[in-house]
This record gives sequence, structure tokens and C-alpha cells, in this order.
Amino acid sequence: MAFRNGLRRGMSGVLAAAVVAGGLSVAATTTLTGTEAQAADEQFIPLLVYRTGPYAPNGIPAANGALDYYSLINERDGGINGVTLAFEECEYRYDTKLGVECYERLKNQGPTGASIVMPLSTGVTYQLNPRAPVDKIPVHSMGYGQTAASDGRVFPWTFTFPTTYWSQASAFIKFVGAQEGGMENLAGKTIVLVYHNSPYGKEPIPTLQVLAEKLGYTLELLPVDHPGQEQRATWLQIRKIRPDWTFLWGWGVMNQVALKEAAAIAYDMERLIGVWWSSSESDVVPAGDDAIGYRGGSFHSPGAGFPLHDEILQTLYGGDAAAAAEKNFGEVLYNRGLLSSVYTTEAIRTAQAKYGNRPLTGAEVRWGLENLDLTEERLAELGLAGFTPPVKITCEDHEGNGPVIIQQWDGQNWNIVSDWIEPMQDVVRPMIEAAAAQYAEENNITPRDCSQEM
Amino acid sequence: MTVLTYITDLYNTFFATRSRAINTVFVTVISLLALFAVPTLANEYWLQAILIPFLIFALAALGLNLLTGFAGQLSLGTGGFMAVGAYSAFKMTTAWPELDIIAVFLISGFFAAGVGILFGLPSLRIKGFYLAVATLAAQFFLIWLFNRVPWFYNDNPSGTITAPPRTFAGVMITGPEAAAEVRYLVALVLLAVFVFFSWNLMRSRFGRAWMAVRDMDVAAEIVGIPLLRTKLLAFGVSSYLCGVAGALFVFLYLGSAETIAFDVNISFLVLFMIIVGGLGSITGSIIGAAFITILPIFLTNLNPILGIDLAVDLAKHIEVIIFGGLIIVILILEPHGMARLIQVSRERLRI
Repeated sequence: MAFRNGLRRGMSGVLAAAVVAGGLSVAATTTLTGTEAQAADEQFIPLLVYRTGPYAPNGIPAANGALDYYSLINERDGGINGVTLAFEECEYRYDTKLGVECYERLKNQGPTGASIVMPLSTGVTYQLNPRAPVDKIPVHSMGYGQTAASDGRVFPWTFTFPTTYWSQASAFIKFVGAQEGGMENLAGKTIVLVYHNSPYGKEPIPTLQVLAEKLGYTLELLPVDHPGQEQRATWLQIRKIRPDWTFLWGWGVMNQVALKEAAAIAYDMERLIGVWWSSSESDVVPAGDDAIGYRGGSFHSPGAGFPLHDEILQTLYGGDAAAAAEKNFGEVLYNRGLLSSVYTTEAIRTAQAKYGNRPLTGAEVRWGLENLDLTEERLAELGLAGFTPPVKITCEDHEGNGPVIIQQWDGQNWNIVSDWIEPMQDVVRPMIEAAAAQYAEENNITPRDCSQEM
Repeated sequence: MTVLTYITDLYNTFFATRSRAINTVFVTVISLLALFAVPTLANEYWLQAILIPFLIFALAALGLNLLTGFAGQLSLGTGGFMAVGAYSAFKMTTAWPELDIIAVFLISGFFAAGVGILFGLPSLRIKGFYLAVATLAAQFFLIWLFNRVPWFYNDNPSGTITAPPRTFAGVMITGPEAAAEVRYLVALVLLAVFVFFSWNLMRSRFGRAWMAVRDMDVAAEIVGIPLLRTKLLAFGVSSYLCGVAGALFVFLYLGSAETIAFDVNISFLVLFMIIVGGLGSITGSIIGAAFITILPIFLTNLNPILGIDLAVDLAKHIEVIIFGGLIIVILILEPHGMARLIQVSRERLRI
């Protein structure tokens, strides 16, 4: 017995020593020396994705769309003006800490390092915005992140185009006002905001509060804690409040649960409007027919009916629509991932026109983002005519004016049910500038003078 | 020189080993490496993504180990106590920007200690799992509080707290422009100070009283140890360390944070660290923190190293399986944690 015990002890000791020593030495040799060398003529783009965890239902289609467009550029055109795109996914489960770890891991890859980062998470964006000027890597938070960063004078390295949460909140109020037959009819109405209790969900609150004072509606705030699987109490409160309108500001599993709970209290779906991150196929399908009539915001068209989709289907999937559908082809969030990649590649193209057709640094791509002018004609050339409005970025304005469109779920498809709604720039822009000025003061940043920029 | 011999002496007692000379060399080499070689050799990824969180979690694990491993009070409120440290540090440094940031870190621990003592009060009546539930309530209450009351995050519209740029002796140590090397060194020095403090504390009257209470509180009371004071002191000291760790977590590692950064997962993670590392062992806290923070990152990097091209989601699932499996294997091989494993293997190898 003593012998066996001793043997066990001895073996366990050796095993532990081996595990620790082996692990550390391998990790040290590889990570310290950096990962494998890459070809000198590649433009590296890090892809922060979440294909696992409670946010995977939304993370997967968005990641697939982004990936497909980069693959298309490489396979069809051989890259951007001969510069091949190199990209690597890093899984972070929508966990801010892991997201930052991914960023740190990928930021020095490729011949010029990461040239741009799209976190697809407001939490990670908040982490990266202060680091961007230090690391010289621009952040593109497309329709998410820190709205105040739309002021390019204080946040030269952060881009929020084509639109932001504050713009969207004001557009929602405009839409609801129109539904009520005029903005003056909003007085005395009750609007409930059901939101993810995180920076993401809290973003629209200041705008909705300012507008509540202006227009006279009552705003009720109902936070839902991460990950949002438990919302019974929230929706019972809604049944008690009996709001005229409810805005849903959720992400991941929270969205499907919200729609199911709304159905459970027989809430009128026509009076429920979701943020653009709460209105995709993966959110409504689990709720079944109960979700019919539910509306949500967007900044691009749903569906796979654009010439670009045909090219992707032919080039990447060999025309196999079933295989493409497996990869969420044409879903709302797939299209959003696609659009994100279009913005990235067009910014790189813009920068290449100035700096030459070679792999660009983050600073050079930043110039490309700031001088991006995606016109109607250019969108048509890309096979995206009418997919999204044209956008033009300036030194002051990193948001680009951002109109919002409303789409509705009919049980099978998302359909556009509104015109492009211009956000209330007169309300939103001063708020952005005030928030940016406050940030600048807290962090000792001197806003740059845009007349000096070239 | 005397300090060094003293450290080595403590180290010797702790490991109960045979050769003092080897230990003196060992401690000197490790200290020199950690202080000078690591910051110069390691790249930013290693410092920022691996070493800094490791040091901070080691401090939090040390704090919890004092309470759970030495004083025998099971706590699931670590995340909440860390949040108290982080938010009080944030409030202090934004209210009085001229206050030295290191002082802010050290003072913020006292707020956490106060809250810890408050939530430690039920420990006089309830034990074990029931106490764990009471501290779990602290966790949820504190996070709820920091999320609900805008005063704690200075009415920031998104509810995040951001570490403002602050200097110590002319060197930037917080904020986006602080070099990773500097932040690493600050975390390292603070951890070293607290490890030294804990080692001494455990060999003092208080530490022995904690262990007596852990082993049998009725007996401890009969020999004249005041349970109230002893248990509350354990909660206070433990929460102090967790609070400082929480402040460092935001100021040196994350840069900005929301309450979700301190959710109940952090409490579990720190508890796993001390269970895997070794309950009632100061070295165990550090080894456990290393295991839990570094292993997942190591596993993530393993695929590219081995040249296996897996889809990221599959790789993540496999990583979680391996991670869980390894914890089970270690706990079956050595229920007293990795600190004991290492001690035993050292004895086997006669070093």
C-alpha cells in the first residue's frame, strides 16, 4: 500500500512538472518569437468573432458575412489592387476581457500589423478607443460602440459610420411619432426601453431622455442583466405599465427570449421595435409565428437579392444555395458583416490611392477611413445599388449622418416598411460634441483642429 | 541582504526542503528575472494579456485564500469585493486627481475591507455552504448597486468607469499611454509586498487563530480565541486584498470596465484558482492563478503552434473540454492542489 501510494505520488509529481514545464516552454518559444511569418505583400485584418456562448446566434452570421466578402475579394480580384488580404479569426465569446486579449494577440501580425479593428462589441470598443491612438490602429465600430466617438476631433482613431445608437434612437422616435400621426401626439404617451444592462444597452438612454423632455412622452427603463435568459419579471412589468411603444435593445439570446416573453403576455408585436442588433433571423425564428409583425431598425437592406450576393454565391459556393444558406447567406446579420467588410476594403482602397498599392499601416488606413466617400455610383459598381445609402466621412464627423430604415418580419422574411429616416441631427450632434468634450477633458486630450488636416 | 535571507528563510519553512543554498539561489534568480528580465524580454502581448492579469488574479486569489484556505470561511463574493475596490479607486481618483495613484490603490482596499466585514457578519451564525450563499448575495447586491446608482460611475451615459491617466514619481502608470512594462512592475511589486505581508501574518498570532478557527471553531473558542474578532478580521484582510486587486484590475489591466467585468464568474474563477492551487497555501494561490489565467490562453495558442487548422468555434469548445478535464485530473491526483503536487515532486527529486 505504501509502495503504491509512493508510486502514485511520484507519478503525479512528474506529471505536474512535465505539464507545467512543457506548457510554459512551448508557449514561451512560440509567442515570444511571434507567430509564423507572413508574406510581405499582404494586408492583415484581424477578425474578432464570437461563434460560441450566449451571443453566438448573432455572432455567427455577422462573422460569416464579413469573412465571405474578404474571401471574395481575394478569390475574384486577387486582393485589393494586387495586395492580398490576410485575415485571422479570434474567438472571444463576446467577453470583453477575451476580446482585448484577441486584439493584443493579433495587433502585430502581418507585415504592417493590424490595419483596422472591428470589435463587434460595444464593451470591447470602449476598451479599444483609448488604445487606438497609442497603438495607431483605427477602430471601426459600425453602428455600435461609443457614440461620442463620432466627434473626429476628439477621437481621430475611432469611426462610427454609417450611423450610431443616438441617431437610431432619434429615428425611432421620429418613426413612432409618424405612426401616431405627428410628433405632437407623442405627448402623454409611454415608451418602454428594454435594454441589455451593459454599455451597449445604456447607450440610447441619454437621447431618449432628452427627447422625452422635449416631446413630453414618459420613458420607462427596464434593464435586463447579461446574458438575458431570464426576463419574466421584465415583461410582467411591461404588462403592468401598458406602454404605447416598447423599444428592445438586446443582443444574443436576450432577443429571442424577449420576443417569446412578449408573445407570452400577448404584447402587440406591431408596437415592439428592436434595435438593429435585435432584428435578424436568429432573433425572430425561435419565437415562431408569434414574432410576425415585429419591427426593427437597420442601416442596410435584408435579403440576398443584390448582384454582390450572386457573385458570392457563384465564386465562393459554386452556385450551391443550400451550402450558402448553411453559412447564413443573405440573413440580416450576414449582410451587416458583408457591409462592414465593404467599408473596410473601400477605406483601404481610398488609402491606397494616396499611399500606393502596398500593405498599409494602421495610420494610413485611418486616413482612408477619414477620407472615405462611398458614393451611389461606387455602391452600384460593388453590386450594392440601393443596399445602403452613400456615406461620406470628414475629419469632424466620423458618423456620416446615418439615416435609419425600419424593417418588419412577416414570418418568412424581413421586409423594408419605411423610407430612410434622417435622425434628428440638431439634437444628436450637439450631444455628441458635449460628450466628446467631456471625454477630452477627463482624459487630457486636446481636440485637433480639423482645418489643419489634409 | 538580511531581507533576502529572511525571504529565503520563510520560503524554506514553507517548502520544508533540504538545501538552503539552492533555495537562496532560486529565490534570487526568480526575483531578478521577474524584476528585470521579464519586462525587457516579454513583448507587449505577454505583458498585457498574460502576465498583468496573472499578477492581479494572484493577488485576488491570495486574498480569498486567506479567508477560505486559512480561516475556513467559504466566500463567493470575491467579484463584488473587487468591484468595491475598483469603484472606490475610481471615485477617489476622479474626485481628487492630485491624490497619488498608488495611495489610491491602497486606500481603496479599505473600502472593500469595510464592505467585507459587513458581509462577514453572518459568518458568526452560518457556516460552509450557507455562508457561501450569504456571500453570493453580497456579490449580486454589490454589482446591482454599482450598476444602478449612477453616482458610482460619475453619471457616465454608458455606465463604464475609465482609468484616467495618472503618474507616480513622474512615470505614467495608468491610462492608455502607460507602458505595459510599468504596469507590470507596479502589479508585481504590490503582489510581492502583499505576499510578504501574508506570509508573516500567517505565522503571527492572527494567522494561527484563523487556522484554529478553520480546523474547529468550537475548540478555538474554548482555548480563548474570540470568534467574532477573528472571523471579521479574516473577512477584512481578505476583502482588502481583493479590493486592491479589483482596483488594479481596472487601472492596470482593463483600462475601463463595466460591472459585468466583476460578475459572479470572477468569484468562481478565483475560487477555482485557490482550489486548484491549494487551499491554505500562499504559493498555491499564485500557482492556481497562473494555471487558471495562463492555461486557456496557452490552449488557444496551441492550435496554430501544432499547425492544426481548426474552426475557431470548434477550437474554443475543445479548449473548454481540455481545461475542465485538466482541473479534474489534477484534483484527482492531488486533492490538496498544485502547491502540494510541486512540494511532493520536489521531495521526490531531492531538491
